[in-house]
Amino acid sequence: MANLATDFVGIKSPNPFWLASAPPTDKEYNVRRAFEAGWGGVVWKTLGLDPHIVNVNGPRYGAVWGPDRRLLGMNNIELITDRPLETNLEEIKAVKRDYPDRAMIVSLMVPCEEEPWAWILKKVEETGADGVELNFGCPHGMSERGMGSAVGQVPEYIEMVTRWCKANTRMPVIVKLTPNVADIRKPAAAAHAGGADAVSLINTVNSITGVDLDLFAPEPTIDGKGAHGGYCGPAVKPIALNMVAEIKRTAEIGRLPVSGIGGVTTWRDAAEFLALGAGNVQVCTAAMTYGFKVVEEMISGLSQYLDEKEMDSVRDLVGRAVPNVVDWQDLNLNYVTKARIDQDACIKCGRCFAACEDTSHQAITMSPDRVFEVNDAECVACNLCVNVCPVEDCITMVRLPAGETDPRTGAVVRDDYANWTTHPNNPAAKAAE
Amino acid sequence: MKPNALAEGVRPGRLDPSSLAEGFCDVHPPLTPHEAAVAADRCYFCHDAPCIAACPTEIDIPLFIRQIATGTPEAAAKTIFEQNILGGMCARVCPVETLCEQACVRETAEHEPVEIGRLQRYATDTLMAADVHPFERAAATGKRIAVVGAGPAGLACAHRLAMKGHDVVIYDAREKPGGLNEYGIAAYKTVDGFAEREVAWLLQIGGIRLEQGRALGRDVTLEELRADHDAVFLGTGLGAVNALGLDGEDRDGVEDAVDFIAELRQAEDLAALPIGRDVVVIGGGMTAVDAAVQAKLLGALNVTMVYRRGRDRMNASRKEQDHATTRGVRIVTNAVPVAVHGNGAVREVEFEFVEDDLTPTGERFRLTADQVFKAIGQRLDGAALPATERGKIAVTDAGRTSVDGVWAGGDCAAGGDDLTVTAVAEGRDAAEDIHAALTR
Ligand SMILES: Cc1cc2nc3c(=O)[nH]c(=O)nc-3n(C[C@H](O)[C@H](O)[C@H](O)COP(=O)(O)OP(=O)(O)OC[C@H]3O[C@@H](n4cnc5c(N)ncnc54)[C@H](O)[C@@H]3O)c2cc1C
Ligand SMILES: Cc1cc2nc3c(=O)[nH]c(=O)nc-3n(C[C@H](O)[C@H](O)[C@H](O)COP(=O)(O)O)c2cc1C
Ligand code: SF4
Repeated sequence: MANLATDFVGIKSPNPFWLASAPPTDKEYNVRRAFEAGWGGVVWKTLGLDPHIVNVNGPRYGAVWGPDRRLLGMNNIELITDRPLETNLEEIKAVKRDYPDRAMIVSLMVPCEEEPWAWILKKVEETGADGVELNFGCPHGMSERGMGSAVGQVPEYIEMVTRWCKANTRMPVIVKLTPNVADIRKPAAAAHAGGADAVSLINTVNSITGVDLDLFAPEPTIDGKGAHGGYCGPAVKPIALNMVAEIKRTAEIGRLPVSGIGGVTTWRDAAEFLALGAGNVQVCTAAMTYGFKVVEEMISGLSQYLDEKEMDSVRDLVGRAVPNVVDWQDLNLNYVTKARIDQDACIKCGRCFAACEDTSHQAITMSPDRVFEVNDAECVACNLCVNVCPVEDCITMVRLPAGETDPRTGAVVRDDYANWTTHPNNPAAKAAE
Repeated sequence: MKPNALAEGVRPGRLDPSSLAEGFCDVHPPLTPHEAAVAADRCYFCHDAPCIAACPTEIDIPLFIRQIATGTPEAAAKTIFEQNILGGMCARVCPVETLCEQACVRETAEHEPVEIGRLQRYATDTLMAADVHPFERAAATGKRIAVVGAGPAGLACAHRLAMKGHDVVIYDAREKPGGLNEYGIAAYKTVDGFAEREVAWLLQIGGIRLEQGRALGRDVTLEELRADHDAVFLGTGLGAVNALGLDGEDRDGVEDAVDFIAELRQAEDLAALPIGRDVVVIGGGMTAVDAAVQAKLLGALNVTMVYRRGRDRMNASRKEQDHATTRGVRIVTNAVPVAVHGNGAVREVEFEFVEDDLTPTGERFRLTADQVFKAIGQRLDGAALPATERGKIAVTDAGRTSVDGVWAGGDCAAGGDDLTVTAVAEGRDAAEDIHAALTR
């Protein structure tokens, strides 16, 4: 059996599954139950200065559902903890004392001055917590007060606050990034420059999940009004994966440890983050949707996968996909594939036909008795039919072997590699050496 | 139709081999990966799920379905086997419509539960096809335990004890292990020798020795077993069959349904198995349904199942009753047999209609029969057993009997339904209790 234990910037946990800073981690009762359920660590719900903030008293979550009301995305207008600082600190200390093998990270957000940061870091150190996470990501409410993503969107502030924190504590400092920026590498580089031990990402994405068409107000609606909230859950995973990958494949910051967050719902999601270089993952929405027990599937699935891949530990997986994330211009243009429909698996719904005929390349033919076939002379291998087919593996992309002629282009398929940088149509092409 | 199909009497070869093969194929064929993905997707991963509570072995159903949904049916199988080592057989034979699937919240919402049984089969088949046994024995304890009966109760008990490092000897009276899995369950529920394969797979844990053809009471006494072992578990099932107590009950053609089924289950060639043209089955449980349906599948022209109370009181679930009727079995209710007529061999069975409380109505009818199967219940067989209660071995919670060091579970023990899954649960729990008692 593979070993799931991880060491993230010196913080040890029995598995790479941490609960992200959010309602699941906002009190002792929850965190104890989470640890009993098997979670490897938690990032405690963000602490701030007293007097503690208040939350709205109406609904704070909006949602986007798939068929069968599967929760695909959620947004929230919740702020940081709305309980007194001392209460939280006492609880953190008590839980850490009883669960010494689990990771206990404390998320923090205080005004942009060195003194309150120095002060609260001392308070956290007294609890015996393993590290801190700086919440530079909250996109609603707190940002209006000059905190959260208001800091996270200005690299200079990130660097400055990170530096203050590193100067004022011996605990590892993780900087949590907001995705509400044009280029995630800039805030990551700023955290790095400030001396951060790691970054974690993503926090939630600015969003309105829906509009009430009777009240003409965004959801969730509070007395006829709504504010934009932070989007999370399965829907944001692709955004998060890309941001993690962008950091990991950038030379100057690629070695900065990353805690991957955003839509982790199954072991597979977690494995994808790890493959893209995250040293562990954090989970919020999946726990809020299915309860703490989901971690059991994440643990069994990840260990089965590692065993199947003959990897002994999580470390063997971390970063395995990073070298394969490249710029578009580096993709092999000599790699020619065609869609192939498995007639035995086909249920004859015709979705591939509609998609290709109406919106792509008219490369699927339909016979009077509903047999769907690919016309290689038109197929550009876009993958749309694969994506709309309801039957997994019914349509697959098959590579044309070298030497065969691609009936669409009339060109003979080659087995060497050639990309856009040398393509004759590229005005800036460099002559092949 | 073949002329043979219409001929009177109890005779073989009523149907051609292809009709037989079609009739006796898997009733609930395995799910394909696509079907499994779609079925698994419907599970809501309920909190403290009602399906778990409705399973006598308390399998963590939402977890195993989520493991299937996330592409790890092997992990799902392990989740199942941790609670129920005969999860493969249970997936095939459990009346899920009265157990887990009845409790499914989607049964409430849409009258269409998640297909838990078939998903369980998908997972367990996947792991067993890879011939992986997912458990290892703990360090040897040096304790020896005798298990009597290699049915679901005995096997579940033996496996759990072996896993804990104890040495187990199973004594079983029959030629083959498996109990009613091998000799009783309807053939179309467990095709391709699954019962036998499952036992072989289960024994991979090691530390279990099978002694077939060794009967308690005949070849060995309880006292001897107690003297030679640290504990004894009795999982002997119900070996005796209730009689009708009627004149003519001994006529040719009047048989115990369980014997007919056992013979059918062991038959090399179903075409060689004799069956009547007009078959009457007396009883209203699973055994009656299985005898009736299988008689029909062997080519009996008229099969009538007669039960003394109303449909809702039958032990066979509504789904099983429907299964029988869709196969062409006629179900007559509120009638009791009063005489078996014939001359040497049975010719007719006479019945009287009764009220729900069994008060005779005076109305009688006769059914033509060249074969009659009695399926009015089994009972405990054997003497010198621990104290009994309503005809079964009395037990406290985890199967402790009145005799020190002797546990019992499954059909032979009082309490619980007479189901494969209940036998597994009781065997497993007794093993835990034995382990606790021996390692205290
Ligand atoms: C025809 C029929 C169909 C059924 N169909 C279903 C179904 O579809 N689903 C379901 O859940 N349940 C079904 N059942 C019930 C189910 O088979 C039983 O509840 C289950 O097998 C009980 O398990 P057990 O281990 O207690 O006993 P058994 O399966 O009866 O096993 C007892 C074992 O003990 C051995 N034995 C008996 N006496 C002695 C002795 N003196 N010494 C040594 N060994 C002995 C026997 O040889 C046998 O191997 C059916 C039962 C019958 C009869
Ligand atoms: C209701 C709610 C409250 C949150 N509060 C915080 C918070 O206080 N501090 C923080 O750093 N992130 C907070 N988050 C963001 C999560 O920690 C996480 O980054 C985000 O939800 C993405 O992960 P997910 O897709 O697994 O939910 C919150 C998220 C939700 C849904
Ligand atoms: S989840 Fe709990 S706190 Fe939230 S609205 Fe429902 S009942 Fe109230």
